[in-house]
Amino acid sequence: MNKAVLALEDGTVFEGRSFGAQKDSFGEVVFNTAITGYQEIFTDPSYSGQIVVLTNPQIGNYGANPHDSEARKAYIEGLIVREFSPIASNWRSEEEADRFLADRGVPIAAEIDTRALVRHLRSRGVMRGVLSGIGGDPGALVQRAREIPSMAGLELATRVSTPERYEWTQGVEKSSPSELITTAVDPCCHVVAYDFGIKHNILRRLVHTGCRVTVVPATTTAEDVLALNPDGVFLSNGPGDPEPLHGPAAEIRKLVGKKPIFGICLGHQVLAQALGGKTYKLKFGHRGANHPVLNRVTNRVEITSHNHGFAVDPDSLNANEIDFTHVNLNDETLEGFRHRNEPVFCVQYHPEAAPGPHDSHYLFDEFFRLMNPKEDR
Amino acid sequence: MPRRNDIHRILIVGSGPIVIGQACEFDYSGTQACKALRADGYEVILINSNPATIMTDPELADRTYVEPLTVEFAEEVIRKERPDALLSTVGGQTGLNLAVALAEAGVLDRYGVELIGAKIESIKKAEDRLLFKDAMQKIGLELPDSLLVNNVDSGLEFANRIGYPVILRPSFTLGGTGGGIAYNREDLSEILERGIELSPVHEVLIEESVLGWKEFELEVMRDQADNAIIVCSIENFDAMGVHTGDSITVAPAQTLTDREYQMMRDAALACLREIGVDTGGSNVQFAINPDDGRMIIIEMNPRVSRSSALASKATGFPIAKIAAKLAVGYRLDEIKNDITRKTPACFEPTIDYVVVKIPRWQFEKFPGAEPVLGTQMKSVGEAMAIGRTFKQALGKGMRSLETGKSSTATTYDPALIKRNLITPNPDRLGYIRFAFQQGYSIDDVHAATSVDKWFLTQIEEVVREERDLAALSLDTATKEVLRKAKRDGISDSAIARAWKVKPLEVRARRKQLGVSAVFNRVDTCAAEFESFTPYLYSSYETECEADPSDRKKIMILGSGPNRIGQGIEFDYCCCHASFALQSFGVESIMVNCNPETVSTDYDTSDRLYFEPLTLEEVLNICDTEEPDGVIVQFGGQTPLTLALPLKAAGVPIIGTDPENIDLAEDRKRFGQLLDELQIPAPPNGAATTIEEACDIARGLGYPVLLRPSYVLGGRAMVIAYDEDTVRRYMREAVVFSQDRPVLVDRFLENAIEVDVDALSDGEDVLIAGIMEHIEEAGIHSGDSSCVLPAITLSEEVRSTIIEYTTRMAKRLNVIGLMNVQYAIRNGVVYVLEVNPRASRTVPYVSKATGIPLPKVAVALMLGNKLKDVTNLTGGKSSGVLDVSQFFVKSPVFPFNKFPGVDPALGPEMRSTGEVMGVGENFGEAFGKAQLSAGTPLPDRGSIFISVNEGDKAIAVEVARRFADLGFQITATRGTASAIQQSGVRCKTVFKVNEGRPNAVDLMKAGSVQLVIYTPTSGATSFSDERAIRRTAVSWRVPIITTMSGARAAAEAVAARRQHPVRVWSLQELHESHREALKAK
Repeated sequence: MNKAVLALEDGTVFEGRSFGAQKDSFGEVVFNTAITGYQEIFTDPSYSGQIVVLTNPQIGNYGANPHDSEARKAYIEGLIVREFSPIASNWRSEEEADRFLADRGVPIAAEIDTRALVRHLRSRGVMRGVLSGIGGDPGALVQRAREIPSMAGLELATRVSTPERYEWTQGVEKSSPSELITTAVDPCCHVVAYDFGIKHNILRRLVHTGCRVTVVPATTTAEDVLALNPDGVFLSNGPGDPEPLHGPAAEIRKLVGKKPIFGICLGHQVLAQALGGKTYKLKFGHRGANHPVLNRVTNRVEITSHNHGFAVDPDSLNANEIDFTHVNLNDETLEGFRHRNEPVFCVQYHPEAAPGPHDSHYLFDEFFRLMNPKEDR
Repeated sequence: MPRRNDIHRILIVGSGPIVIGQACEFDYSGTQACKALRADGYEVILINSNPATIMTDPELADRTYVEPLTVEFAEEVIRKERPDALLSTVGGQTGLNLAVALAEAGVLDRYGVELIGAKIESIKKAEDRLLFKDAMQKIGLELPDSLLVNNVDSGLEFANRIGYPVILRPSFTLGGTGGGIAYNREDLSEILERGIELSPVHEVLIEESVLGWKEFELEVMRDQADNAIIVCSIENFDAMGVHTGDSITVAPAQTLTDREYQMMRDAALACLREIGVDTGGSNVQFAINPDDGRMIIIEMNPRVSRSSALASKATGFPIAKIAAKLAVGYRLDEIKNDITRKTPACFEPTIDYVVVKIPRWQFEKFPGAEPVLGTQMKSVGEAMAIGRTFKQALGKGMRSLETGKSSTATTYDPALIKRNLITPNPDRLGYIRFAFQQGYSIDDVHAATSVDKWFLTQIEEVVREERDLAALSLDTATKEVLRKAKRDGISDSAIARAWKVKPLEVRARRKQLGVSAVFNRVDTCAAEFESFTPYLYSSYETECEADPSDRKKIMILGSGPNRIGQGIEFDYCCCHASFALQSFGVESIMVNCNPETVSTDYDTSDRLYFEPLTLEEVLNICDTEEPDGVIVQFGGQTPLTLALPLKAAGVPIIGTDPENIDLAEDRKRFGQLLDELQIPAPPNGAATTIEEACDIARGLGYPVLLRPSYVLGGRAMVIAYDEDTVRRYMREAVVFSQDRPVLVDRFLENAIEVDVDALSDGEDVLIAGIMEHIEEAGIHSGDSSCVLPAITLSEEVRSTIIEYTTRMAKRLNVIGLMNVQYAIRNGVVYVLEVNPRASRTVPYVSKATGIPLPKVAVALMLGNKLKDVTNLTGGKSSGVLDVSQFFVKSPVFPFNKFPGVDPALGPEMRSTGEVMGVGENFGEAFGKAQLSAGTPLPDRGSIFISVNEGDKAIAVEVARRFADLGFQITATRGTASAIQQSGVRCKTVFKVNEGRPNAVDLMKAGSVQLVIYTPTSGATSFSDERAIRRTAVSWRVPIITTMSGARAAAEAVAARRQHPVRVWSLQELHESHREALKAK
């Protein structure tokens, strides 16, 4: 078994054991505090360009299965854990998590003091790093970490977006005979979904809610979207800094007022830009499945799934036309808004969960209602 | 929705005595609730019969009633105090049941008391099996196929239909009492009959077996605005079939995908909403079929539970405190997270470590009970351990148990592996390890145990690692190997055993190599936010977060998992020591590993180390904290055994010198000391071989009392009437005594036993209480009722006791607390035992006298003299503290959990808890104590008496008193003729072996309301006696086995005739006492 080394741009080095792909990887080192759902995290395109530290110390226990992936490949650049399970124990598992990541080219550093690492990132902020699955000289690795392009200003969404338009028809399937799932609605409206790195569970939830979904590349123009004659437009999650996405923002600006729009995560940030807003980088971001978000409309708290390193500055939006509907109770960051006059709304967090609590599924129903104003469900 | 202003006075119902299934966790929850509500400006009225609790401290509530938890006494409290609301959800099943009973009896309506926490409809929906089933089906959740029956025939018919095995769960019983698994018709008839009997509503649920399924539990909280969160997920190591309280459990759940976990989360929230728990916490249990993921809901508790306490300690999220706040109207997002200070309590804690809870059993104290685990809880305590990984936590958890057995000991039998794997039992974890050592594969062990393979893999890896380590030595093991071993939870002692060196040598070597423990924080958020509470656990990571202060600081060693003889009383003392230190401006550091307790609450002490109480772990903490002193005298035997090694390692122990503590335990040296002080003790000797023991016994004359040195709770203590017993005992006791000798004392028959608690500064000695036992010497002091003030001691005996106690305290230079046990026979006072430490009776005496003994003791340990602290002792620095009323302490036994065990009392302690009764006279106090202990004395009816020859005179006197009170008397032939001769009417009944109808038949027929029965001769126990005692336990007929107890009972019944229901709060008792003293 090889030694694994994690070198950070500030010179901090952690050593552990190497699992997964035996290679080096580069990226911004971020941490996620979710207890369950590592496979969903591995495959979430929003992690493109990032090496992920999981705070749950026991990872890999339940293996991997074909149903829990959020994309066709793994998107994390590397994985850092305290302990990695040599075996998979779960009836749904079809392969070991180690195999799963090795096959998808992701190196793993295990037996790292992840708590110390997280405390470091929490106090210094997220930073660039190199994960070497094959050992390597720490000093040289630190140097290489400093050469990685910074996440601020980095445009990744168009890189992970689909090159071609495609239809998505798969809905939500039961994971167990006992899982309670609301009855799926037959497809009755057409949604065009901008793919900035879309997670499969968003697509599944849209279908489940009664949508026929056409997924389009991030660079699709408003004209092309309208030509598809959708009932609504969806803006997906995705990786990287939202700031450079001027093109898509301009196209979406043209769609405001023409079609109901719903955005999640990066989609929320792009929508904010389309409405004249600005985004900023958080010190260490929100990544986890336990964030309290207050829905100011219902005055109820939702426990939500998060994955964002940037946030929308509420002061940059026109308070006369925007209602701030959702706010994070931990640090007051803006987590959602809606347009007062147009059928446009979005959230910074992940109502589709995967992984995470299902408290916010209702947002998909709200989108559906916006597209079907007379429909009484 | 902020705080409710329409209610002002809130009644909190506690959970009563510690019993199996309901332990300190409800002291923890009740204490948190009291503190939280008072901090919010509410007046709190508390009722709880258990004096050993922190919650019944007069400082914690505005009015504290240590009174029976019955409808009539609770009604009297309500009548007197007129609370606006009753919080029902923090007092366990007992609290919930009493709340329901008060509601159903119309008491709450009559006095306009609102039930807060859980509403009556919700409680019923959750507790009533049929309503629960309907409710769950309504929201689409599956339950095992089941039927509620009230007779054996319908049970048999149902089982034939669904097939065996079936699970039986009697309705409304604690800890699954009376439940079980039936594999066939015979099992079913037997368990069902008993279950129907034990259920207060005479109903038993028969359920489809889901044996072998994976078991999970979620702790859920919900507020009035319908904000709901999961505090913690818990996965059981043991598969379905073992009661959760008897299962090793792990947090967070380890083997669920997010899909499965969220399915369970959705189900738990749906369950809470359907049941209607809208202000508080609940736990919901699930089972998952490991083959296809089918999930069923097992049960939910609409209240704070044992698992809530565990979840609170596991995450740092204070469930009981938050539940209390939700009950008075707060929303989750209006409450701050104490640990992060900035973020709200409305979130789901996430943890970056693994928590393992392991139960502790004591089957060895109940000969005749089969050490097998099933659906009925049998464990008496539990330890929790926190580690960065499962391996580390499991290793720490096993050490925390202090079973005396080491994890690598070789007392396992290869021939018994299969059996011990298949049938769940207390040794199963040890046998799993042993099986791996013997070459079993993970598949083999999984097939036999149904334990998830992930857990088994972890254990198997550690076993392999230990084997590899054994091939190395102190010199050859590298830093990497040692670091890995420590990270995987392997103890210094285990390594030392493998290398045949001393544990301290391993410690020194690894520290030399730079392998030292560091401390991480429990912070609810996996380090995402800064933590402001030093709640710490050790690990072998790279960074230490302990951040010790440079204040003056004292460390308190706690008492570890509850066990018989070392329970909540010691936690009471430790908590008080901590409060006292804080009040004296000294930083308090608590070390303990019991998740049920108040001491392991993160806001009890300035700093909390959740660690095993082993030399290794305690030294690690000392290295980091460098305390100015360590207190060992409050945690029972556990810290005492560490005192000398700690001192040797240079740790400053404050209070009585460990050498003197040791001296009191060393029979030989202590004997010399008594001679020197001219204090009589029963003649005695110490033996290290069988022959020596027999020789000593012959020399002393039978009967003799045999016991190992250094034990608490009379572990392995017996009275031997002949040499056979001595020989048999020596063969068995050697296991427990290890290198310590067995003590042999002449046993004083028919002596009165007296317990004394005293405070000493080395110069002055203040006697806190002289407690007279109701039962004669020979019955373990923890198992006998006792009374304050003493009722039969002459002034001369009293002053002798004061004199002896003072002499010994001075000679031993006791600084702090001391307990002495005396036996008085024919006016002669003998010393039985001296313990220079806090005793089990400290909380009881503190409550009776109104003087906080542990606080005074801490003041003395900090260097004050008794004369300096008279403001704490009611002005006294010598003599005896007074009490204003009669206070009786009575034990509570777990015999109903151990069918087949003889409930006769003896020198081995078997009670799990205690209650206190308060009265203006002894009879009243004793009657209330008996009522609280669950053995209420009858008001009318028939009394069955059967006594030995020596007791007949007193039996006649007792029979006359009962006859005068209107009772019918029935007796066996010999006793009956004595009674009849004295002119008292008495019916004769057969003995069990004489024919029928006999005494047992009468008891079963319900025509006996009280049994007075003394054994015919000391040595042998006849089946007749056993049958009567057993029947009394299972048919809930109170039984008295000593004549002094019988007299007390008669007095109690008479007192109750005069004053049926009177209650006093501790505050008013102490206040009137202080005024009376002032007047004097």
